[in-house]
Amino acid sequence: MKNKYSIFSLIKNAISNHENWQRAWRDPEPKKEYDVIIIGGGGHGLATAYYLAKKHNIKNIAVLEKGWIGGGNTGRNTTIIRSNYLWDASAGLYDHALKIWEGLSQELNYNVMFSQRGVMNLAHNLQDVRDLKRRTHANRLNGIDAVYLNTEEVKKFCPIINTSPDIRYPVLGGTLQKRAGTARHDAVAWGYARGADEMGVDIIQNCEVKGIKRNGDTVEGVDTTKGFIKAKKIGVVAAGHSSVIANMAGLRLPLESKPLQALVSEPVKPIIDTVVMSNAVHAYVSQSDKGELVIGAGTDDYVSYSQKGSHDIVEGTLNAILELYPIFSRMRMLRQWGGIVDICPDASPIISKTTIKGLYFNCGWGTGGFKATPGSGDLFAHTIANDEPHKLNAAFNLNRFVSGDLVDEHGAAAVAH
Amino acid sequence: MFLINCPFCGEREQSEFKAGGEAHIVRPKQPTELSDDEWAEYLFMRKNIKGIQYERWNHIHGCRKWFNIVRDTSNDEIKAVYKMGEKPPI
Repeated sequence: MKNKYSIFSLIKNAISNHENWQRAWRDPEPKKEYDVIIIGGGGHGLATAYYLAKKHNIKNIAVLEKGWIGGGNTGRNTTIIRSNYLWDASAGLYDHALKIWEGLSQELNYNVMFSQRGVMNLAHNLQDVRDLKRRTHANRLNGIDAVYLNTEEVKKFCPIINTSPDIRYPVLGGTLQKRAGTARHDAVAWGYARGADEMGVDIIQNCEVKGIKRNGDTVEGVDTTKGFIKAKKIGVVAAGHSSVIANMAGLRLPLESKPLQALVSEPVKPIIDTVVMSNAVHAYVSQSDKGELVIGAGTDDYVSYSQKGSHDIVEGTLNAILELYPIFSRMRMLRQWGGIVDICPDASPIISKTTIKGLYFNCGWGTGGFKATPGSGDLFAHTIANDEPHKLNAAFNLNRFVSGDLVDEHGAAAVAH
Repeated sequence: MFLINCPFCGEREQSEFKAGGEAHIVRPKQPTELSDDEWAEYLFMRKNIKGIQYERWNHIHGCRKWFNIVRDTSNDEIKAVYKMGEKPPI
């Protein structure tokens, strides 16, 4: 049983120089066999293990992570959370996640620093205006909060935006989702890890999966750097490396893995208290609690696993940032990095069974997986436990690429991919 | 960022080029005969290899010609460049 985090535990541990904090999760050696093995110890994988244990009463679970938990895309994204997607299936999926975010710190007894500071999406041309108005209506029909703002209202909500009509891509309006916002990305992985560990889930770090063993059309287990581990069911949540794991099982996926870059500036005093995204010029910015500007760039257009990306992408993003926020012209950037995102042809995720019995995939989140972490874990756990999808992720099956029933969010969602 | 040796123009920055995805995916000869599974395979399924990948590139800000590249996707190192219609050198 874990000790509860509270103001009292904080005071108590402060008095003893923070030397007696209880360990947040164990560091076990793998057992010989598990009911469910989750491949990938990021936010989505840990959340899946947490909900499998909590809601489906499966306790014999392992999460295998080749590096350290939360060290992949969970720790590399720009932490934006929103649910203003166009299509009904996406709206259902992402708003399910947003509803869990709203109570997540309390549920996990771990402060994930979820901050509903609002997300604003800008329109820069007439087509943007039409698309954003259409999306606002679609959101509201699905019960998702959304308002359309004209240029003056955009300026009022975020005064540092340059709304001059003379810039190359003038701000013609925007949408605002007030329930949207940001969260502390590392804390999400750590919170789910602590919660899952408490229910007996083995979180095994530095354990890379090297092969998936099959007996005909049924999974038997995984070969890892710590030996063979037997498993009744395997859930793969490997983000950019999903195709690599699929290849081990002899499965083909409709994914391409590409670098997605982000950067943070030196920390400054509070200057922007919301998240502003722009589809047309592809730049988005928010400010972390430490004061750094968190800036997201676009993906490179070539397949790569190098976690780097090209400088011209960063340059293009910063050009757009400077035109929209001239006040940032003398800001210095502190760090830049890349994460490898697995993108589906329709830019929607896959949470699905496969043709191999006992093998499940949760992948294809592309450039926007962080926001869905709690919902993705919950629905993937449901899919694994029942061997059937939940109604909210039924549309996100692997078979849609055969049937043609795609969930086409390319450019239709709030940001271009 | 890496340099690409365009077979027509010589070495240029990668930002002058557009990636065209996996190479040597053959267009179906009899499209009307294809099953849904075969269409899905042709249109959507990709190798997405971590390692040596064969791919198409277009020098869009140069000669605008298509050609092929052999590249290691784990470190972006280019192993070979060859023209359309040629056999991969490695």
